[in-house]
Amino acid sequence: MTDQAIAITVNGERRKGRTEARTTLADFLRDELALTGTHVGCEHGVCGACTVLLDGEAVRSCLVLAVQADGADITTIEGIGPEPGRLGPVQQAFMECHGLQCGFCTPGFVVSVTSFLAEQPAPTDDEIREMLSGNICRCTGYQGIVAAVHRATELIEEATA
Amino acid sequence: MKPGPFEYHAPHTVADVTALLAEHGDECKPLAGGQSLVPMLALRLTGFPHLVDLNRVDGLSGVERSNGTLVIGAITRQRVLERDPQIAEAVPLLARAAPLIGHFQIRNRGTVGGSLAHADPASELPAVALALGATFDVAGPNGTRSIAAADFFTGTWSTALEPDEIVTAVSFPVRGERTGSAIHEMARRHGDFAIAGAVANMSLDAAGRVSAAAISLFGVASTPVRATGAEAALVGAAPADINTLEIGRLALADQEPTDDIHATGPQRARIAAHVTGIVVARALEEAGR
Ligand SMILES: Cc1cc2nc3c(=O)[nH]c(=O)nc-3n(C[C@H](O)[C@H](O)[C@H](O)COP(=O)(O)OP(=O)(O)OC[C@H]3O[C@@H](n4cnc5c(N)ncnc54)[C@H](O)[C@@H]3O)c2cc1C
Ligand code: FES
Ligand code: FES
Repeated sequence: MTDQAIAITVNGERRKGRTEARTTLADFLRDELALTGTHVGCEHGVCGACTVLLDGEAVRSCLVLAVQADGADITTIEGIGPEPGRLGPVQQAFMECHGLQCGFCTPGFVVSVTSFLAEQPAPTDDEIREMLSGNICRCTGYQGIVAAVHRATELIEEATA
Repeated sequence: MKPGPFEYHAPHTVADVTALLAEHGDECKPLAGGQSLVPMLALRLTGFPHLVDLNRVDGLSGVERSNGTLVIGAITRQRVLERDPQIAEAVPLLARAAPLIGHFQIRNRGTVGGSLAHADPASELPAVALALGATFDVAGPNGTRSIAAADFFTGTWSTALEPDEIVTAVSFPVRGERTGSAIHEMARRHGDFAIAGAVANMSLDAAGRVSAAAISLFGVASTPVRATGAEAALVGAAPADINTLEIGRLALADQEPTDDIHATGPQRARIAAHVTGIVVARALEEAGR
C-alpha cells in the first residue's frame, strides 16, 4: 500500500501531496493541505458537511478518494468568497438571516447553495427545501437557512444588476 | 469511520479493467461514483484489497441515440439524466426518475451503471430498466455479452454479472407513439431510499385501448419486480374503464413485502399499491395526450 503522489488545484492554487489510496478527499484537504473549513460529520455521505465543488459540481468530499481527485479542480469553502476576508452573497445571506448557530454544517450548506443558485437563480420554496435535503443541520431548524437562500438570490441579483 | 487499506488501480481501457478483475478475483471491486461503495467501505461493511477505478476508463461515458435506442455509458453521471434534453425527449422516464435518487450532490457523482450494478431493491433506476426492457452491455476478460434487464437483477445487491465483468453501457428503447410513463414513490424525506415505489409505461392503440402495459415495483421484494397480473388486466382495456385502485391491489396480490425499521410489510404493500394506481393513471393520461 504505497503512498501515491497527487496534484490538485484547490481554490485556484496548484497543490501537491502524497497520500494513501484510502484517504478521502475530505481528509486530504483537512490533514495534508490544512484547509479545515471543509467539515467532516458522518464520513458516509449522509450529512453534507463535507461538500466541495469538484470540477464545478457540488459533491461529498468524504465519498471521493483523494487519488480520484488527482488533476481535478476543487473549490472549498475557503475559496467560495470573492477574495480572502470578503464574504460571497450566500455567506452574507447566511449571516444576515441567522442561517447558522454552531456553524458546523455551514460550509457544506454554503457550497451546496452556491452551486445550486448558479444553475437555478430563482427557486421556489419547495425547490429550496428539496435542494437543502442533502445537508443536515442539528441547530437551526432550517427556517433561517431557507430564508438565507431567498436572501442570497436577492443579493446575487443586486450584484449582477 | 475510514475505509481500510487497499491498492488503487486507475486503468484507461476496459480490457485492463477486466484483466485486473480476473487477476484478483473476489479480492477486487470496480469503483464507479463511489456513492454506495465508499460508504460501505467507510462503515467497514465490506472491504477489498484492490479497487479498480472506472472513472478514467475511455469510452464509458456519454449518451448516444441510434435506431430507436438510447445508449447510456455506464459511468455517465446520474445528474446527466435530468439535464440532457436528448434524454428527456427520447426516454422521459429516465429524466423523471433521476431527481428521486438521493440528493443533487449524490447524483453529480453517482453513475447510471453504478446504480444498476449495485442493485439496491429500493433503487429507482433498476425498476425503470426493468419496466422499459433495457439491455445491459457487459464486458469480461473473454469478451462482451448483453443481458436483458429481466435477467440482470438476481437478489438484494446481486446481479447476473460475474465478478470479473463490468457493465459498459445500458440501452433503453426510445419512447414510442401514444406512450406515457411515470414513476412515483414514498420516502420519509426527500432523497431517502423509497419505502416503496412504482414505475409504469403504457401504450395505447389507434382506437385508444391499452396495447402494452409495463409496471414495475421497487422496495417490495429483493429485486425490482414486474406486476404481470396487473399488466395483463390492463391490456385491451379502454382507459375510461380502468379502476386504478383495483390495478394497484392486483399489482401487489402476489407480493409479500417484509418488515424493516422504516415500515411493516403490510404498510409497504399498501404504499406500493397506492403509488401503482398513481403511476398507471399518469402514464395513461400522458399516452392519451
Ligand atoms: C445519502 C445517499 C442517498 C442515496 N439515495 C439513493 C436513492 O434514493 N436511490 C438510489 O437509487 N440510490 C441512492 N443512493 C445511491 C446512489 O445512487 C449510488 O450512486 C448508486 O447506488 C451507486 O452508483 P455509484 O456510481 O456511486 O457506484 P459505486 O458506489 O462506485 O459502486 C456501487 C457498486 O456497484 C459496482 N459497480 C459500479 N459500477 C459498475 C459497473 N459499471 N459494472 C459493474 N459493477 C459496477 C461496484 O463495484 C459496487 O459494488 C444514495 C447514496 C447516498 C450516499
Ligand atoms: S461527512 Fe461527508 S456527507 Fe457527512
Ligand atoms: S448550525 Fe449547528 S449544525 Fe447547523
